[in-house]
Amino acid sequence: MTNASTIARGGGTSSAPERRRRRSHRPTKASGLPPKAIPYVLLIPGILVIAGLLLYPMIQVVVMSFQKVGLPQISGKRPAEWLGWENYTKIFENDIFWSSLRNTVAFAVITVSLTLILGTAVGVLLNKLSKRMSTFVIIGIMSAWAVPPVAQGVIWRWLFDAEAGIINWALNLLPDWLSSLLFGRADWTGEPWLNDSITVYLVLILTVLWASFPFIAVSVLAGLKGIPTELYEAATVDGSGPWRTFWKITFPLLKPVFAVLTILSIIWDFKVFSQLYVLIGGPTNREAFNLSMYSFAEAFRSPPKMGSGAAIAVVLTVILLIVTAFYIRQMVKSEEIQ
Amino acid sequence: MNPLRRKRLSKIALNTTATLVFLFAVFPVYWMIATSFKDNDQIFTTEFVPFPTHFTFEHLTKVLTEGVAGNSIWLYLRNSAIVALGTVLVGSMFALLAATAVARFRFKGRTSFLIALLMAQMIPAEALLIPLFLSVKRLGLYDQLLGLIVVNVGLTLPFGIWMLRTFVAAVPKSLEEAAWIDGASRMTTFWKVLFPLVAPGLVATSIFSFITAWNELIFALILMSDSSGYTMPVALQYFFGQRGTDWGAIMASSTLMTIPVVIFFLLVQRRMVSGLVAGAVKG
Repeated sequence: MTNASTIARGGGTSSAPERRRRRSHRPTKASGLPPKAIPYVLLIPGILVIAGLLLYPMIQVVVMSFQKVGLPQISGKRPAEWLGWENYTKIFENDIFWSSLRNTVAFAVITVSLTLILGTAVGVLLNKLSKRMSTFVIIGIMSAWAVPPVAQGVIWRWLFDAEAGIINWALNLLPDWLSSLLFGRADWTGEPWLNDSITVYLVLILTVLWASFPFIAVSVLAGLKGIPTELYEAATVDGSGPWRTFWKITFPLLKPVFAVLTILSIIWDFKVFSQLYVLIGGPTNREAFNLSMYSFAEAFRSPPKMGSGAAIAVVLTVILLIVTAFYIRQMVKSEEIQ
Repeated sequence: MNPLRRKRLSKIALNTTATLVFLFAVFPVYWMIATSFKDNDQIFTTEFVPFPTHFTFEHLTKVLTEGVAGNSIWLYLRNSAIVALGTVLVGSMFALLAATAVARFRFKGRTSFLIALLMAQMIPAEALLIPLFLSVKRLGLYDQLLGLIVVNVGLTLPFGIWMLRTFVAAVPKSLEEAAWIDGASRMTTFWKVLFPLVAPGLVATSIFSFITAWNELIFALILMSDSSGYTMPVALQYFFGQRGTDWGAIMASSTLMTIPVVIFFLLVQRRMVSGLVAGAVKG
């Protein structure tokens, strides 16, 4: 694979002159294009889409974050009004912004760590199982990963339902003394998990953890399969325990895989929307907003304040870019991209 | 303890843990399906009803005939399918062209294009919501499935190119060169040599785009105002009523929405995982 891709990308240097000679023998090409133009022609649709649907709107959203864009501006009755930094100063003064920011960051940090820990543990476990058992478990966990985010929210909202939810039923099964010792209460009947923002996030963390650990597990398993077993045999001979073996052999060798998995998880968890939308039933409970939901609510709930929604979206993007800048720099530096 | 016994014990421990992991992953999915076949007496109870002993199709029939928000679930499934298929048809063609360009040619601006692709993946879709909403309205695509398709092509394309280019690069270039020597044109070489070999990767990438578009909620919420244009993720929200939720109906609809995705996923899971990780690790 590595070899083939190197040939595909860099191999042109050695064989290019020869190939050019060969090509010059052919009178005409079906495309009729000079060879130099071909890659650009192939890229036209892609570039149009990316420029038109991603880069240009990104510029627009930055511009709009400095403007007042309300109903008259949306309907085109009045031109957008330039406000300077007013949208930003206004949202920075708003408590909902700070609670949304806190929710976003705390949720991402907790969920990314839990997902990586659980996913890695399951990946290592899968590697130790017999072939049949591991296939069985993989099919099981992949079906959790496959559930659409909206359906994930629906399922967990039902599991945590106050009246007929199975979680409250299960908690009531605990012996009263244990339940009181752990949670300070014995009766869970009718516990409304989704009314309070803290417990909403508890459920959300569980939902996203459940849906995203399988991907980490399967990726780690794929990485583990590539490590030669001799390394582990040697470690066992030298008397290394499983914990030590993981940190001294597995982790260093899988570092690039972990780097990617971390960054992908961060990107996914920072902007979680669908599951939260279902769990809190749309943008109603302001204390439970994260930045995506806050931006959405500002811009699309009446009266629409699109300028302020844009400012929140810009803040979210900047945070994501700062967090992922390191990764982008690594990628740009690595030979593969050049 | 003798080593043999220890080995057997550790094997039992491993398999027990694995079974617990399996149950944690599968139980919520099972619970969704089980709930959609229970009658209301077994749904709205504080008791634990592990299996639908009063097995019923009433919820399925209800959502498929009566539906929600004035339309049958069929219509929403159809809308979702149109949007997802439209996205895949347009997106995978564009992705294949661009992936071929970056994996097969070295040209000026290639690095800049790849960096732009990478950056595009970091941009949260939520940030593009407001400008795209205004543009779609201005273009007259508001309340039309075509508008959703266009947006979804934009959302899925960068990753599609990124994932597909590793598949294109994995095809040895010598095969195409052999075809050129035999006098095949560029077009013939592309369709007869490269395309069949990239097809499995193209399928994986297409399924990834399909699922992304099928699951997309936030743009579908704001670009469709008429209920006849709702997609499944939007329609599901309307089951949560003011006067209690019809859990049997929403579970039946969620099951209908989930089944095609799970089947697709299991079909291509191995290739998709390698594509995701390889695409990201190796660039």
